[in-house]
Amino acid sequence: MKQEQLAVYEVFIRSNRGLDHKHVGSLHAESAEHALMYARDCYIRRSEGVSIWVVESTNITASEEGDVESFVDPMDDKPYRHATHYVLPDQVDNM
Amino acid sequence: MQVINKDEQLAMAEELAKFEQKIADEQKIEPGDWMPEAYRKNVIRQMSQHAHSEIIGMQPEGNWITRAPSLRRKAILLSKVQDEAGHGLYLYSSTETLGISRSQMIEALQSGEAKYAQIFNYPTLTWADVGAIGWLVDGAAIVNQISLQRTSYGPYARAMVRICKEESFHQRQGYEAMYALSHGTPVQKQMAQDALDRVWWPSLMMFGPHDSESAHSSQSMAWKIKRMSNDYLRQKFIDQTVPQIEVLGLAMPDPDIKWNEERGHYDSGEINWQEFKEVINGSGPCNFQRIKHHKAAHQDGEWVREAVRSYKQKQVNKEINKQNETAA
Repeated sequence: MKQEQLAVYEVFIRSNRGLDHKHVGSLHAESAEHALMYARDCYIRRSEGVSIWVVESTNITASEEGDVESFVDPMDDKPYRHATHYVLPDQVDNM
Repeated sequence: MQVINKDEQLAMAEELAKFEQKIADEQKIEPGDWMPEAYRKNVIRQMSQHAHSEIIGMQPEGNWITRAPSLRRKAILLSKVQDEAGHGLYLYSSTETLGISRSQMIEALQSGEAKYAQIFNYPTLTWADVGAIGWLVDGAAIVNQISLQRTSYGPYARAMVRICKEESFHQRQGYEAMYALSHGTPVQKQMAQDALDRVWWPSLMMFGPHDSESAHSSQSMAWKIKRMSNDYLRQKFIDQTVPQIEVLGLAMPDPDIKWNEERGHYDSGEINWQEFKEVINGSGPCNFQRIKHHKAAHQDGEWVREAVRSYKQKQVNKEINKQNETAA
């Protein structure tokens, strides 16, 4: 079986307790259990993490980059959502 | 009765020792880790109470959305209330990692078994109350939440980091509104003063009973669920807020507020703890109304949840039909 025929798994590593898992890359594997072992061997050889998540890539539903304007509205027309929008006297500006 | 044999006892003692070591080493506890049942319950109690506060807290402010004095103020208030809903969601989701369901939490809120911040049982009588809430109530919440960014339960700590990033806007918009009123007409200034006088004391109560009276404090501190004591955080809030009152040019809401050179803190008068107890236990001015509204809103939203379930069922049926066709 060619490597490409194996499922792709996305790998997420928690570098330390208390932190979010972060996406670090992907790999091919024949099962989730094996993906976990490959991820261990490939991505945490230098104590980069304390916990690994693997998720089959096809299980990820992603937004389309091209839709960003209509789908992920950056709300740039709503500057009042930012703390810096409010001008306060200097004495209390550290609020 | 559950019978635990010796091996299980030993295994549990070992797990407990590991857990305590993590706490001692400033490690976070993560979902899936072994934890004592009392720790799980304690974190669920605190997190769900926090989530409920975000959700119930939308009501007093929501009261003024349609009556905000300008379109700008209305847009700001809408954004703020929307944020509170988001914060409630972050917290409910994080609490679910402890094995309690959303509907269990909502049931506990509606039955009165779970509490929420007592402050939201006061009415918002004037527009100035909206400013005072943003400034003082969110201000008090920030002091508490900054210390909770270091709480020992990982998902709670991360939710606090996310929430704190968004809180600063809430406090600043409130202060800005109070500043506008206190530098406006004499009537507007009086309105700001009145709001400050009313919101001040319930804001101080948000930090909870004195350390010596706090039922859950010592265990929560030992497990690092809470990082700073109620009285410490309350003092911190008073110290940072008094100069802000001075800048507004308003009178102090408490005649006993005085700088204490020796302590390096502001002294202040005693809180009316009788009132605190009454409001916590259901007899505040708006307790009944808040829960009644929550129940009604939840009931009104039932058709949406029903639609979601129905859609989900349709997808499942489609999948089954497809499989049957393939098989046939």
